[in-house]
Amino acid sequence: MPDNLTLLLAIAAGVLCVLGLQGLSHPKTAQRGNLCAMAGMGLAVVLALLHPVMSAYGWVLAGLGVGAAVGLPLARKTSLTSLPQLVAVFHSLVGLAAALVALGMYLQKMAFGLMDGKLALEMGLGAAIGLVTLTGSILAALKLQGVVGGKPWAWWGRHYLNLGLGIGIILSIVWFTQSFSPVALGLIFTMALVLGWTLVAPIGGADMPVVVSMLNSYSGWAAAATGFAVESPLLIMVGALVGVSGAILSYVMCHAMQRSFVSVILGGFGNAEAVEATANTGPTKAAALAGVEDVAYQLNEAERVIIVPGYGMAVAQAQHAVKALTAQLLEKGVEVRFAIHPVAGRMPGHMNVLLAEADIPYDLVEELEEVNPRFKEADVVLILGANDVVNPAAQTEKGSPIYGMPVLEAWHAKRVYVVKRSHRPGYAGIENPLFTLPNAALVLGDAKDVVEKIGTALKAEQ
Amino acid sequence: MEIDLTTWLLVVLVLSGIIGYFVVWGVTPALHTPLMAVTNAISGIVVVAAMAVTGPAIFGMEVCTMLPCPYPEYVVPMQWAARIIGFVAVALCAVNIFGGFAITARMLAMYKPKEAKK
Repeated sequence: MPDNLTLLLAIAAGVLCVLGLQGLSHPKTAQRGNLCAMAGMGLAVVLALLHPVMSAYGWVLAGLGVGAAVGLPLARKTSLTSLPQLVAVFHSLVGLAAALVALGMYLQKMAFGLMDGKLALEMGLGAAIGLVTLTGSILAALKLQGVVGGKPWAWWGRHYLNLGLGIGIILSIVWFTQSFSPVALGLIFTMALVLGWTLVAPIGGADMPVVVSMLNSYSGWAAAATGFAVESPLLIMVGALVGVSGAILSYVMCHAMQRSFVSVILGGFGNAEAVEATANTGPTKAAALAGVEDVAYQLNEAERVIIVPGYGMAVAQAQHAVKALTAQLLEKGVEVRFAIHPVAGRMPGHMNVLLAEADIPYDLVEELEEVNPRFKEADVVLILGANDVVNPAAQTEKGSPIYGMPVLEAWHAKRVYVVKRSHRPGYAGIENPLFTLPNAALVLGDAKDVVEKIGTALKAEQ
Repeated sequence: MEIDLTTWLLVVLVLSGIIGYFVVWGVTPALHTPLMAVTNAISGIVVVAAMAVTGPAIFGMEVCTMLPCPYPEYVVPMQWAARIIGFVAVALCAVNIFGGFAITARMLAMYKPKEAKK
């Protein structure tokens, strides 16, 4: 146990991290919050350097230096479109670090014969959660990057395998606490690595926002377990904070999709059965097509416009084109709003960041509950690469896999234009009846391309 | 009655979880991505544990006269292995800390209200 002053300062560091999250309650205070969290982390590192047993300063500082040299350019250069992948990769690093800490501590304690059962339990847990986070995050990042297909792994035995691995890990931890055997630790490591992969594999690409939040949570619990092993209240405090934050984000995502957390984790959404179920609901009507000139004409006449961004906007990097179009409309005196569904994009709040990147003021951006009553008054709704989040089947078709999910009620507007790359259904593989409504039309093409052309056509109209 | 350290640490865990619960529900949905980035950065707090593994001085075999070393001939190499593993862990955490805070700052700098734009 550290001395009293160190402990109090460590708690202060934890409080600074709490204030950091507190700052995120509003964009105005958010930057100050980030500085608070940085100060908390700085204090924690200084305290660790001042610890009485610390002697290898060179090694520690070199490690910090290497991390900074890798991390800073990574954060600066990564495009915001690939942010979800970057965050997933970062989670994997914390997971690996927690497992390495457990391994390093094991070697130290074994060298002197100072292992005990309680420590073995904490180390085993830290390593297991850490390594599940590691391989799970790597697979999530690969799915988000498109290296590995988004299709869920549908082998019938997958749940039994995962259950078996989970039980195997628990038994190995029990054995480890009794024997301190390196074989037991090796088993924990191996099974946790496999489990991370097989847990994420059955989950489809569309559910990656939930997976990324879930892994966020795991990385926090790995830190907390490590905190028990090194007896640091600070690690436990911050770990719990991160663990709870990730869990709440997962809950928010699942709630927005009207699905239970368990069903998301067990996976299989967007699989063949779901598509078949909806394909039987009757012959699909052909959707009307519209050209960019039609959209420009309607926008020219409109007084209220709502733009619904989706993943298609992110893929096409269309946010700057959208900003230019928005500026054009605002200049004409048109009221423009953005409607954001909580699961639009590939991570919570993804669309908000992209719009902010394009310099679109956050007061124009509204959440689901705020914006839904406004669709009735809207003259034109422009949907950019969003699909399932505007699907009326969620309210009308009892048999639909997304029935009950809160959606943006875009169909209440006078005109709805859907910018899409193709006729294909969205990520969940469900037909969207919105496209065949009389007031709706598809504009086929890349979101960026289409939005730029609409801008040019709108200029010509004036 | 003596309350042992692990019990106190469990108390810290539970209370911090409760604090986290209320603070995180207060975060506006528009900032959920920065929230994830900043929690990612602070989960780099594992660096404190990694430093504790890297930092200690390395003892020679003479330490085994006082401690129950099970493998006296490997005492030194095991400590070195621990230090190197700890070093890697410190570097991994530092990537998270520096990268996480930098990307959060980069994102937050972009959120602007309408007034500030003009």
